[in-house]
Amino acid sequence: MEDFKIIDNYLMIRLPDEVDHHISVDISAKADRYIMSKKVGNVVFDFERTTFMDSSGIGVILGRYKKISCFGGKVYAINADNRIRRLLLLSGMQNIVEIMDSKTKT
Amino acid sequence: MIEIIEKKNTDRMTNEMRIEFAAVSDNEAFARMAVAAFITPLNPTLEEMSDVKTAVSEAVTNAIIHGYENRGSLEDRVHMGCILRGDVLEVEIVDRGVGIADVEMAMEPLYTSRPDLERSGMGFAFMEAFMDNLEVCSDVGFGTSVKMYKKIGTSSWIASEE
Ligand SMILES: Nc1ncnc2c1ncn2[C@@H]1O[C@H](COP(=O)(O)OP(=O)(O)OP(=O)(O)O)[C@@H](O)[C@H]1O
Ligand SMILES: [Mg+2]
Repeated sequence: MEDFKIIDNYLMIRLPDEVDHHISVDISAKADRYIMSKKVGNVVFDFERTTFMDSSGIGVILGRYKKISCFGGKVYAINADNRIRRLLLLSGMQNIVEIMDSKTKT
Repeated sequence: MIEIIEKKNTDRMTNEMRIEFAAVSDNEAFARMAVAAFITPLNPTLEEMSDVKTAVSEAVTNAIIHGYENRGSLEDRVHMGCILRGDVLEVEIVDRGVGIADVEMAMEPLYTSRPDLERSGMGFAFMEAFMDNLEVCSDVGFGTSVKMYKKIGTSSWIASEE
């Protein structure tokens, strides 16, 4: 299961092993509840555990970006392996998401 | 001992499978894992395995949310067929849903008809990026067929003696 945690003004989302359409609907709904109720400004997607993603994951990121960016919030991606990084870059996510360098995952 | 075997006749079918499943999102994982298991004997690299799984996931998700309009009905069926011709995989995903009026426009990166469902319009772009070849055939009111090809296991023409 994905984990949600609030640290200061950041909503940390630990994504599951596989991010597809089936699970992404749930992640988006839960994330939005945190964003609305706790008034968090920024969102951090943690890919530490993620080994599979398709365009549904891009939709989750884009959707959260649209929700928080007009209030000056930022979106971050951490612990993305080369595979996830490639998906993010192919979709042009580097223009709206801060893709953080982190320990290389194998 | 290692021997180089003759390049396989790429037209000859060497394996084949077909599955039909309900157009519900739980089956997205099932579909990509079935294809992954099907190509495992070809010793695909991790990269090739991920490429195929992502592409299959895209086509199956499209059938479910676009073809069958995200109804989640067990009556709506997705057909998936896989053929191996030597080391070339052919996957076909077919739905009998609404079809696509303008395939060329649909395949444009970032084009989506369902921003309301948080789609990003990257599905076809990922299929094209991760497979060697992509053919889309669609008819409004009749459904859509997506055929994808990929050569698997770049070193599989060197066969080691069992
Ligand atoms: N099987 C299908 N039946 C009907 N329409 C389809 C089908 N597959 C794709 N489409 C149409 O093509 C468009 C583009 O598909 P594509 O997969 O590239 O993006 P998306 O599904 O909208 O978004 P994403 O895949 O990034 O979540 C869809 O928005 C839809 O209008
Ligand atoms: Mg799609």
